[in-house]
Amino acid sequence: MFGERLSFSSTPSTIHCDDLTVSFENSPNVVDAVNLTVNAGEILSLIGPSGCGKTTLLRCIAGLQTPSCGTVRFNPPASANNGEIGFVFQQPGLLPWATTLENVTLPLELIGWSTREGRRRAARESLAAVQLADAVAKRPSELSGGMQMRASIARALVTQPGVLLLDEPFAALDEMLRTDLGNLLMALWQKRQFTAVMVTHNVAESILLSHRIAIMRDGKLEQVIENPLPWPREPSIMRTPSFAEFFGVISDALRGKHGLPVGGLSETESSN
Amino acid sequence: MKSGESFSGESPNAYQPSSASQANRRQRAVVLQSLAIVGVAVTGIIAWHLIAVGFKLPSALLPRPLEVFQASYENRAKLLQGFLITGLAAAAGLVAAVAIGSLISVAFSQSRRVRLAFFPYIVFLQTVPIVAIAPLLIIWSGYEFRTVVIVTVIVCLFPIVNNVTAGLTTVDRQLSDLFSLYGSGRAKRLVKLQWPAAIPALVIGVKTSSGLAVIGAIVAEFFVGSGSDYEGLGTLMTLWQGRMATDALIGAVFASTALGLILFGAVELVSRTLLRRWTR
Repeated sequence: MFGERLSFSSTPSTIHCDDLTVSFENSPNVVDAVNLTVNAGEILSLIGPSGCGKTTLLRCIAGLQTPSCGTVRFNPPASANNGEIGFVFQQPGLLPWATTLENVTLPLELIGWSTREGRRRAARESLAAVQLADAVAKRPSELSGGMQMRASIARALVTQPGVLLLDEPFAALDEMLRTDLGNLLMALWQKRQFTAVMVTHNVAESILLSHRIAIMRDGKLEQVIENPLPWPREPSIMRTPSFAEFFGVISDALRGKHGLPVGGLSETESSN
Repeated sequence: MKSGESFSGESPNAYQPSSASQANRRQRAVVLQSLAIVGVAVTGIIAWHLIAVGFKLPSALLPRPLEVFQASYENRAKLLQGFLITGLAAAAGLVAAVAIGSLISVAFSQSRRVRLAFFPYIVFLQTVPIVAIAPLLIIWSGYEFRTVVIVTVIVCLFPIVNNVTAGLTTVDRQLSDLFSLYGSGRAKRLVKLQWPAAIPALVIGVKTSSGLAVIGAIVAEFFVGSGSDYEGLGTLMTLWQGRMATDALIGAVFASTALGLILFGAVELVSRTLLRRWTR
């Protein structure tokens, strides 16, 4: 799909968060001593109640938020400044005055990669990968919500990052589009095998798309639960008893019922 | 799956009426609006005539519309010259205000300290009565065309600085994060994000200032004109007021109104072209 056109590494990195803490003045820690390892090439979902620190943790991993203490390490080292980390925001966040192609070219421009023609070629390939090849000349106002989010994903992937961070990427979309874009994300991951951390509120989405699910509460990482469902996954897996069973497990964990694991699920990590 | 989306109803153009019928409707609306504007003007002129005749008002107090037309026709060369001179001064002042205001706004957007230190003085330019500082400027700069331009710049500056600074400093947080993510420096952020994001705000500022530009130029001409060869609309107004030539004076008022409308229309036209990328 992407060929061998980019010179920088797109090797998936392992992400290590060590004692990561973020605090703001006169408030309890937003992220509280989180220890988390995201294995190279896995998709990990971060779920938890609103305000539990998921997005702040993700922003720390991206380097958009400086932690009060603790560190984030990538192995092999990765930096967004080199295009090795991609970020999909909650809203598509496209430049309204730029065409879809110009929007997708932007990260390559910002990191100073290649020639104008090279950047445009890479952006066209990235747009084709998200089935937006025909929308290159359109502006965001001419795209539907789903198409805008596809463009946003294409922009995050245009640098062929080894790490992809997603902050509730499908939250603003309807159920059908969520499923559609979830499929797209799975297909892209099958081909690229990047390491991904996805913040979501949607339990079904987290189960469908991730290898492990990390549950946060009050800034703390409560538990990380292995997803037993096999890969590759189709949306039809959501109608199977094993999916329903695992859905119950995650829902219980979110409601604060402890005592996991259940039926082959293992608690692998915890900050406490 | 084809390019685009796999589910129906995702096309952003679905259920929209055809562009031909939309254009027809728009044309009809424009014609109706134009007729309404002309209708109000005609009604106003008739009412004016009836008042002047009915109350037997002397021409020096309220000339009839026809007298105004005749006086304007007789003074057409002076009025046209005044129109062009004042128009040039207003346009030059507006363009200079856009350039200077944009540079000031960029400086404000790059440093909060600079903004906090200097913004009150920009507000001062807005609050100080222009009739109070115009005589001072004439002392410093002379009875010259440039003085009129300077006064126009002062009058036009605040709306531009205020709007552009807001546009430059209130960029969407996600877009700002995107630039931070890829380690973008100040210059790139300014050129590729802040400045394009501020263009709609700049347009609003320029539209506001375009009306003020003509006012600023004419006020400056009231002071400049009395002692020089300069003959803008403001100087003609002063001159005709002194001679109690009310008919010609009203002609000059109409000319200055037309100038304001033309300048606003020109700004509107430029802004539509400029904003096509934002509104398409």
